[in-house]
Amino acid sequence: MSGASDSPGRRALRRFLRHRLAVFGLVVVALFLLAAILAPWIAPADPLQTSWTAIRKPPSLEHLFGTDENGRDVLSRVLYGARASMAAGVISVSVALLIGVPIGVLAGLAGGWVDAVIARIADAMLSVPFLILAIALAAFLGPALENAMLAIAVTASPIFVRLARGMALEARATDWVEAARALGNPPWRLGLVHVLPNIIPPLLVQATLSIAEAIIAEASLSFLGLGQQPPAPSWGSMLNSAQRFLTQAPWLAVFPGLAIFLVVLAFNLMGDGLRDALDPRGERR
Amino acid sequence: MNEPLLELRDLRKHFPLRDALGRARGAVRAVDGVSLAVARGTVLAIVGESGCGKSTLGRLALRLIEPDAGSVRFDGEDLRALSPAALRARRRDMQLIFQDPFASLDPRMTVGAAIAEPLRLHRIVPRGGEASRVAELLERVGLRPESAQRWPHEFSGGQRQRIAIARALASGPRLVIGDEPISALDVSVQAQVVNLLADLIRDLGLTFVLISHDLGVVRHIADRVAVMYLGSIVEEGAAATVFAAPRHPYTRALLAAVPGRGIKAPPIEGDVPSPIAPPAGCRFHTRCPHAEALCREQPPILAGGDHRAACHLQDRLPPAPPLQEAEPGGDRLRRLQAFFQPAGTEA
Repeated sequence: MSGASDSPGRRALRRFLRHRLAVFGLVVVALFLLAAILAPWIAPADPLQTSWTAIRKPPSLEHLFGTDENGRDVLSRVLYGARASMAAGVISVSVALLIGVPIGVLAGLAGGWVDAVIARIADAMLSVPFLILAIALAAFLGPALENAMLAIAVTASPIFVRLARGMALEARATDWVEAARALGNPPWRLGLVHVLPNIIPPLLVQATLSIAEAIIAEASLSFLGLGQQPPAPSWGSMLNSAQRFLTQAPWLAVFPGLAIFLVVLAFNLMGDGLRDALDPRGERR
Repeated sequence: MNEPLLELRDLRKHFPLRDALGRARGAVRAVDGVSLAVARGTVLAIVGESGCGKSTLGRLALRLIEPDAGSVRFDGEDLRALSPAALRARRRDMQLIFQDPFASLDPRMTVGAAIAEPLRLHRIVPRGGEASRVAELLERVGLRPESAQRWPHEFSGGQRQRIAIARALASGPRLVIGDEPISALDVSVQAQVVNLLADLIRDLGLTFVLISHDLGVVRHIADRVAVMYLGSIVEEGAAATVFAAPRHPYTRALLAAVPGRGIKAPPIEGDVPSPIAPPAGCRFHTRCPHAEALCREQPPILAGGDHRAACHLQDRLPPAPPLQEAEPGGDRLRRLQAFFQPAGTEA
């Protein structure tokens, strides 16, 4: 019991770093994020630059991932595609958190009919398959990456409503929240200062897993032509055009497919590691 | 100034039971018509078995839960008439100490932030002056001022309870309710925390309501005692009188159950009846060795001046067996205190 004080967050970080697969996931995610941010500087070629002399060339030193049916450099397109995927994952889930968590906490703390109405709406939305709802919304909003992201955000929010509500209900019954009430905390402060910080860990875990889902959803929407619009690169739309050449030019499908696989796996591993690190059972003593 | 600081009148709280479809299926009659007064600067103990409604009563007294009926007057003011904002402002004068110090502190708040919270909420200290007041409070409860930077999980149960006590005292309350404040602690630190509470009550002139089932502790610090059984008070009076000459058969049985006392009182049998369907008449008649026909039919009223008991037979019962100590000053707590006294202040 000496030296620097040990905050709950720091202890969780220590547990997370002991988790090898989670750290691997974190590293992969970080690399993809870097790729997305640095794409203009590290991409060997312009992802939109077509070339009639280099159509569907297999991977070579000149084009590490080969070229596509219009002679564009696949590596550059995968790097730029990371932008659409990471943006879709991170931004849409952030928006989903911003929509879902306040509503969920409100429902959990308010109780009564407010809670009943909110919970039923969230349940109704959750009963529709994630992708179907996202496709319906995206189709309704019109084909564009921004609309796809919005559709994914709305579709992903009810899970946060339900999670935040459950955790808030649980927190409301704890002694420390009652103690906070006994001290004279107004309701908004109970929610913001005492409930919210204590329910962040499970939300963070869910957010990480939701990002993986959102990336798949973005790829799917782009595959269907509802997301990123050509010629701008996206892993989903690359896969779509690759399917026509699956036997002649498999590299067109392999690299964007691998990228999706890796990034989704990495987010899931990270989520699992976070869950273990933030487990409240490890929190005591 | 003879007006009591806290006055409960006919308080009632029934928790409705619902089945899976949400239909009402009776109610747990947790508190069923309790009237009590706590005089300024005194310690009232509420004792009874677990499930008798004493914790619910404590929360009703602070209006942390809403009573179904009855009134709560604090310092002459009807707490039930206050608006939510006015009630929150009033909370600086009345505080609660919880049973489980592992649950009552927010795990994501440093000790200093937890103790400073009431100071901020009620703007008790000018901005920036909180740290020194927190340090003062920590020292007052026997912890080092540096503890303020630490997190609750770094402390033992006894230390956490000291932190909770410091937090409860931070706003300078006049009334403190302790809901089993020591029963979750290790036996070795119970005595220290009891002594701390006793010192604080004396030094700060607190009005204190001690909810407890530990009669040794009650005896040590209470001025008056109220005995609860199945949601109502069965006996109430000055602690010395109640301990020396208990009038209700239930109180006698409780006292007889304290180990280390050579009292021979008729033991009571069976379990506490369900508070969902309490017995008719006197609620204790199912376990009372003296019960008569009248007891099964008519509920007794709490009567008898300064030392009240709710028993039809209270004037006809054989006198209570004399309360002799098994050994002089020999109850468990006293021995523990003697044993642990020189061990310093840190729990």
